[in-house]
Amino acid sequence: MVAPADNIIRPRDIFARVRAVLRVCTGSFRDLVPIVVVVAFFQIVVLQQPFPNLDRVVIGLVFVVVGLSLFVQGLQIGLFPLGESMAHAFARKGSLIALLAFAFCLGFGTTIAEPALIAVAAKAGEVAGAAGFIGDTEPARSDYALQLRLTVAVSVGAALVLGVFRILKGWPVHYLIIGGYILVIVMTGFAPPEIVGIAYDSGGVTTSTITVPLVAALGVGLATVIRGRTPLLDGFGLIAFASLTPIIFVLAFGMVI
Amino acid sequence: MTILIDTLQAMLETLRDVLPIAVILIGFQLLVLRRTIPNFRRLLAGFAYVLVGLTLFLVGLREALFPLGETMAEQLTAIGLSGGATGSWLDYGWVYAFAAAIGFATTVAEPALIAVSLKAQDVSGGAISARGLRIAVAVGVAVGVTLGAVRIVTGTPLPYYIIAGYIVVVLQTLRCNKEIIPLAFDSGGVTTSTVTVPIVTALGLGLASAIPGRSPLLDGFGLIAFASLFPIMSVMGYAVVVERMRRPGRPGAEEEEP
Repeated sequence: MVAPADNIIRPRDIFARVRAVLRVCTGSFRDLVPIVVVVAFFQIVVLQQPFPNLDRVVIGLVFVVVGLSLFVQGLQIGLFPLGESMAHAFARKGSLIALLAFAFCLGFGTTIAEPALIAVAAKAGEVAGAAGFIGDTEPARSDYALQLRLTVAVSVGAALVLGVFRILKGWPVHYLIIGGYILVIVMTGFAPPEIVGIAYDSGGVTTSTITVPLVAALGVGLATVIRGRTPLLDGFGLIAFASLTPIIFVLAFGMVI
Repeated sequence: MTILIDTLQAMLETLRDVLPIAVILIGFQLLVLRRTIPNFRRLLAGFAYVLVGLTLFLVGLREALFPLGETMAEQLTAIGLSGGATGSWLDYGWVYAFAAAIGFATTVAEPALIAVSLKAQDVSGGAISARGLRIAVAVGVAVGVTLGAVRIVTGTPLPYYIIAGYIVVVLQTLRCNKEIIPLAFDSGGVTTSTVTVPIVTALGLGLASAIPGRSPLLDGFGLIAFASLFPIMSVMGYAVVVERMRRPGRPGAEEEEP
């Protein structure tokens, strides 16, 4: 029995809880209105076709609204506080190596298994096979896809390491990003054209819905704890690095292979 | 029955997303930090909310929206081909309209963007509104996806667009309020996840395979890159607008808020 007083659920609390959930649900519903309007307009006015399986669509939408509401609630009580408490804990511990190792693991670990990346890498294997960079056989293609996935995962790990280091040092984010862009532009000139589209897209697929809130909370948490940093100016930017470095790394990968 | 199987499958996928994070967090907590986590049960409940929420969200999208969005992308590109067929890029007017509308609408519902905008509103003390930021990002995605569709239809090389976009971003960065820059760059990365990617990818692949002379493998890529580049511009633009609107009051308006 730990702190029994906290475990008693009063009717008033339940009522407040239900009201909070309902409020979030109406918010989620509002977020979905544009999609419903767009799909309905194009289906009815432009394509002039009836809705197929209307019942399934309605059930699906209810799922989406409830799911989005739960997700937003979970952010506020789970992911955000967790990211912040990790930031505080690392700051208290004061070990730079531990913090950077954590940043790398978070970036690498969340990216290597990312389904969107696996899909893009498999497609890239086909492109490379067709273009004759590698033998056009199944093992060669899957080898290529795996190497590409490792490249992207390492690049995201490196991005978070660099991003966290930047927060600690207080470097302005735009010099690093603009420097990165210039690198991308220069490398685009030298990389084989087939890899360019894949490289640009791989920047977008690396940041999953669960990683983003955690990383944002970590960055803002660090910027709050460290003296002389402002959360808005220094806390954001980690995700930006995580979208830029994969482009550079994949272009480099295309040039090496 | 199928919906049950779909739910289980989506749950497994979400778990696969959560698992590496959980392993890393617990590993560092036990081996490096060696501290108990405050409010552990509350955090666990939060994680459960996120897990169940994302699962339902994915199932709902797959039941209701993705099949519809994908067939619509195919049918619209087919309309572009049958009408006129003059070979002009203007034949695809409805495709561009669809690209813009669906880019906007899916971005507004993107969970990762909701997360970042809530955090930004929180951190800026309300100076940046979560809703305003999301709409700014959505406008950027709409413009980006539309231009991406034009590019696939005309067959012009991707790097030209991206490099031109980068130049605009760099010029804006040099001129705009420094506080918005990290957030603007972050917005580019978060726009493209759960909701936007599948529909936009379907649009790109549909267009590239419908138009003669385009290869889905080579030309189908690149829409995502557009969708991550243009929000950077639109968010910096949004910051300028917000500032203009606040300027009539005296400078330092943040201090007036309670």
